Amino acid sequence: MAGIPHDHYEPKTGGEKWLYKRLPIAGLLYDTLMLPTPKNLNWMWIWGIVLTFCLALQIITGVVLAMHYTPHVDSAFASVEHITRNVNGGYMLRYLHANGASLFFFAVYLHIFRSLYYGSYKAPREVTWIIGMLIYIAMIATAFMGYVLPWGQMSFWGATVITGLFGAIPGIGPMIQEWLLGGPAVDNATLNRFFSLHYLLPFVISALVAVHIWAFHTTGNNNPTGVEVRRGSKVEAESDTLPFWPYFVIKDLFALAVILAVFFAVVAFMPNFLGHPDNYIEANPLSTPAHIVPEWYFLPFYAVLRAFTADVWVVMAVQWLSFGIIDAKFFGVLAMFGAIAVMALAPWLDTSSVRSGRYRPMFKWWFALLAIDFVVLMWCGAMPAEEPYATISLIASAYWFAYFLVILPLLGVIEKPLPQPATIEEDFNAHYGSKALPAE
Amino acid sequence: MLRNIALSAASALVLGAGTALGAGGENVHDVDFAHEGPFGSFDQMQLQRGLQVYTEVCAACHGLKFVPIRTLADEGGPALPEDQVRAYAAQFTITDKETGEDRPGVPTDHFPMSGLENAPDLSLMAKARAGFSGPYGLGVNQLFRGMGGAEYIHALLEGYADVPECAADFESDGYYNTVFAKGAIPDSCKDEHGHSTIPGSWIAMPPPLSDDQVTYADGTAATMDQMSLDASAFLMWTAEPKLNDRKQAGFTAVIFLTIFAALLYLTNKRLWATAKGRKSA
Repeated sequence: MAGIPHDHYEPKTGGEKWLYKRLPIAGLLYDTLMLPTPKNLNWMWIWGIVLTFCLALQIITGVVLAMHYTPHVDSAFASVEHITRNVNGGYMLRYLHANGASLFFFAVYLHIFRSLYYGSYKAPREVTWIIGMLIYIAMIATAFMGYVLPWGQMSFWGATVITGLFGAIPGIGPMIQEWLLGGPAVDNATLNRFFSLHYLLPFVISALVAVHIWAFHTTGNNNPTGVEVRRGSKVEAESDTLPFWPYFVIKDLFALAVILAVFFAVVAFMPNFLGHPDNYIEANPLSTPAHIVPEWYFLPFYAVLRAFTADVWVVMAVQWLSFGIIDAKFFGVLAMFGAIAVMALAPWLDTSSVRSGRYRPMFKWWFALLAIDFVVLMWCGAMPAEEPYATISLIASAYWFAYFLVILPLLGVIEKPLPQPATIEEDFNAHYGSKALPAE
Repeated sequence: MLRNIALSAASALVLGAGTALGAGGENVHDVDFAHEGPFGSFDQMQLQRGLQVYTEVCAACHGLKFVPIRTLADEGGPALPEDQVRAYAAQFTITDKETGEDRPGVPTDHFPMSGLENAPDLSLMAKARAGFSGPYGLGVNQLFRGMGGAEYIHALLEGYADVPECAADFESDGYYNTVFAKGAIPDSCKDEHGHSTIPGSWIAMPPPLSDDQVTYADGTAATMDQMSLDASAFLMWTAEPKLNDRKQAGFTAVIFLTIFAALLYLTNKRLWATAKGRKSA
């Protein structure tokens, strides 16, 4: 792909030329930083930098925490207490890391919903979207294993419940579960491998992030209009874009500073707000907590998991058709992973030729419903598995699937989109005025 | 449009998350502890009184195995003078890990573990029993009213009551407590769905406090309420000993980031002014 026409790095001094012939790293940095970026990006385009910051924060605090943490069932809980009580600034490291995960997921959900609204997943950005989904799945795995490490009650029982999901796979399930746990139940072997993988996965995520950025630097950013940057000539491209540095770097940093002010207020004044009190009780395999609740960022998909109980007719039908191989438990597991899978398939399920939701009058409302649906699912996931939450979960889960599998494909056919601006420049000037116009 | 959705989603999240996790029941009442709110810090005298209640009453059965005795001298904690900390440590007999012999405790030792098997360690109890909404209302109340763990302990210590009518025939070694939720409840006090019809349940711990059980060194009247408040505040400190430091660090961070954000805002505005034209309409 030709990319958006723009100036490239020219080594000027002798030293630069010397290095450029051997390793064109300065050129790579220049092209990355000077990427022509649609100048009409709104404030929903800041989450990328927040996410990059989160990844760095989690790796840095995590590496230091690992210096003081002991991955053994007898001392893991005590070593976390040691960190908060005895390590210099350890209380801050720990709370930054724990709440950093929450900020990470908060930002990723807004980032994902931004893509869903503005059609960022559509051609030619499907690869960026798929890599993004892989990053999200790797984040889920990392966060889940990280939550096990303090070895509190929720750590232990969360690990038991979630690895139990794999046990629901017909036939080979119990084998997979035992392989994951390193034994018949959650124990020292589990804690050790989770620690090892929790340390490994962030670097896998880093690599995926690099590819994610590479992919959208190839296609160029989407923007609120969904209209592509003109690529006919450099002049045309320059009237649609501004270089990433300094325009978007400064804008994103401003947004990051505001978000971090709130984040640090949470860390410093209410650091346990998003956690569960039971995790301050050391893991006890003999005592099951009354309600096993995952962290808030897993709640929507946890609600989907629990929504499909044995008395739902779809579940009964599938069980009958599969000769009992797919029972309610396995159905729930399939639904949970399916909920992410249908989202990942959005580029191929969405039949509309218009990218941005801004010019799709019907889509707007279905999308708003999806956003509300997500919050409702999150709320249901935190509630006990009883009425009325079971029914609400079922309806909300059904809508999630319906949005991707029915509504997105249908809307493209029946919806009459609104007129889109011809160029990004036109949209930008409509908001901020044209420089060419004389001052009043 | 999208912004509105994002905002409502975010606020629902912030306001809702805590309420879902609230525990402790309707008999836990909010208390204005000195350590609550962004500006709150531990009341040193209260922590010292709480330590006294802990030592003379709670420690008979319970332990604080995660708490190093030396931290009693920490600023932002009870802040005892070092000689007092040494004397306090010396009252315990510790089996030395290296020599295997018994010796008097030193400040670097931890508090002893629970002496009774069914008496839980209290180091983290104030965080492990948090009614996060402090204890009522929206989750975000935690910012101003604390986690609710100290409130829970305070309410539990005073939550003993006469056995309710439905349990007149219930034989138990425990004691009826209107706050304790995890104990046994007789079937005669449950409705047809198995839900309890009474607040609380039976707890193994006998009522631990009575008026004038300790004689406070600072002359404070040792009412049951006073002792239970002091012990609760002390246990909040054992659970979160760096609370004062944390809030201090928070103010530094938030003030710095606010100024930094303001500067970036101005930089951003000026930077983009060259790219933006003047609105014609």
